[in-house]
Amino acid sequence: MKIIKPIYPLALALAATLVATGCKHKPVGLTPLPNGPTPVVSTPGPGNPLGPGSQAMGSSGAGSTEIPTAPLDYFEGMIKDRTALAPYTIHFAFDSAVIRSSDQANLQAVAQQLAAHPDCKLLIEGNCDERGTEEYNRALGERRALAAREALANLGVDPSRIRTISYGKDNPVDPGHNEAAWAKNRRDDFVLLHPKPGT
Amino acid sequence: MKRPVATQNRNRKTARAIGERSPSPASLERQRQAEPNAALNRAAPLPQRRRRQRPCGRRLFAAALGKFCLPVLLVIAGANVSHSQNEIVIVKEQPIGLTPPVPVSLEGFTGEVENVLKFDLYVQGFAFVAPDAAQYQIRGSNTGDVVGTVTDKYAGKALLSRRYTGASLLAQAHLFADDIVLAITGKKGIAQTRIAFKAQPTGSGPGEIYVADFDGYEAQAVTSDGAIVAAPAWVPGRQALCYTSYKLGNPDIFYHDLSTGQRRVLAGYSGLNTSAAVSPDGSKVAMILSKAGSPNVWICNIDGSNLKRLTTGIEDSSPCWSPDGQWICFATKTGRSERRRLAKISVHGGEIHYFNTAGVVNPSEPDWSPDNRWIAFTSQMGEFDICVMPADNHAPPTILVRGEDPSWAPNSRTLIFNRSVGYRQTLSVLDVLTKQYKDIPRISGSDSEPCWER
Repeated sequence: MKIIKPIYPLALALAATLVATGCKHKPVGLTPLPNGPTPVVSTPGPGNPLGPGSQAMGSSGAGSTEIPTAPLDYFEGMIKDRTALAPYTIHFAFDSAVIRSSDQANLQAVAQQLAAHPDCKLLIEGNCDERGTEEYNRALGERRALAAREALANLGVDPSRIRTISYGKDNPVDPGHNEAAWAKNRRDDFVLLHPKPGT
Repeated sequence: MKRPVATQNRNRKTARAIGERSPSPASLERQRQAEPNAALNRAAPLPQRRRRQRPCGRRLFAAALGKFCLPVLLVIAGANVSHSQNEIVIVKEQPIGLTPPVPVSLEGFTGEVENVLKFDLYVQGFAFVAPDAAQYQIRGSNTGDVVGTVTDKYAGKALLSRRYTGASLLAQAHLFADDIVLAITGKKGIAQTRIAFKAQPTGSGPGEIYVADFDGYEAQAVTSDGAIVAAPAWVPGRQALCYTSYKLGNPDIFYHDLSTGQRRVLAGYSGLNTSAAVSPDGSKVAMILSKAGSPNVWICNIDGSNLKRLTTGIEDSSPCWSPDGQWICFATKTGRSERRRLAKISVHGGEIHYFNTAGVVNPSEPDWSPDNRWIAFTSQMGEFDICVMPADNHAPPTILVRGEDPSWAPNSRTLIFNRSVGYRQTLSVLDVLTKQYKDIPRISGSDSEPCWER
């Protein structure tokens, strides 16, 4: 026991250092996502069949005012709260899913909020700038969300409380076509999920 | 939301041809589908040849000799040319991107018919010149129905002389274009094929999945959900599409029956479900799922059952199938540096084989040609470029044109892709051998992620 005692705080300090610096070499994506809630994904309802003949091509801009914006207000039956954790959005370098050490404070704040609301869950939304190809960006956005989930798990948050969703480049905060806009769009947004009242 | 309408498989009326030659097998098949009771008693189409006379012994011997001599002569010629090599290489195809187009002239056609013929032939490697400079002269008219002839100028004979009827002038023109391609090249044309793609009114965010003729005409929206959609993929052998939609609040893969409009969730697991690719025999789907904690390639049956994980890397994307259904090619990140590479893995799992894409970097979105010869993909070096490399990787890729997300036509020589025009995406059709390409009309703010029906 006497041999172990001095090593123990050292090991703790080392672990804390690794977490604090956002160790780049820690394995990513080892924690499987939890299955969805017990109600199976609902059927989407019918789409369109292919009709008999030519339909008029819509001119660009047609219908752009009618299409409602995604995302929905609910995620798997829980209410989405975009404001509670909005200050803690973290950002990424181009083509990278590495959590920056400068974002550790934000992650700790998110972990603290989750600890303060034990009945809440978290949805991490991964995003990319417009410059990547589409499917590659969708995977990269997911990986960014998963990286933040892994980091939060390392901060003590139960990973089964954390879900991820990638929007690829489909959900920019800044529609500009310049590096300043792109840097803002390469991000993870944290959405607090509240249980519906009465559940 | 439209009420589903009972429809036939291809319920557009089919143009028909009247003329010396029998219709192509494809048009015969469509006629049969459209009019199942119209018994077509014509024999299977014969190549343009004099009616065979009853062979006598001498003719048989000469024919047999001819059949065996030609390859032998080629081999000998090849051996003389390349005697310093270990193996004899007979170069059958010209290098991609550098093949000169076939010069043809087009006379007598007007308006939409002329536009259709020009587009259809341009993207299959033809160029339009004056009649005396043409190798093949295409003449005809569309004052009534489409009528056309194709003359081989040097051989001095007509390859094709037909008159078309039925459906629309556009459909007749497409059928004529296919007949022209068959007559001149001996290969089946693509003028009557279709594409699926996504269209986004504002250039990003929500959109709808569309199906159209390969040239962008006759476009129809298959979805009207106002949701983010992505990655449409045809189901070979059926009138159906798979695609990704966020309609249910998560990126899920849908299976959508085009004849009825009915659809179901094929993959709706936690996290990302996207990039569905259906096997050439229509029985399996490869896709990207992140349910295990990283985006990887998974496979299941077309009904969603028998789900299996195929890869375990840090970040995989865009699976596509080899034409024999035995391999999945995909983009992947490897190593500490997270370098982007193209790789393939057997559908039964096992070792990952990496492609050598020397000369280009950051490959993604591969597509494997139906004749098994090529893999097209996107390379990102600042801008995006469409690249093509041999599927057996015996040579490095060739960079073709600016653009991304290529999809092969059934002829294994034409590609559809999207390219940026003022920060919006426009679909474009490219002939890989000649590098000739042409944009197709845009449906919406941004059209992208095209998939050619094969």
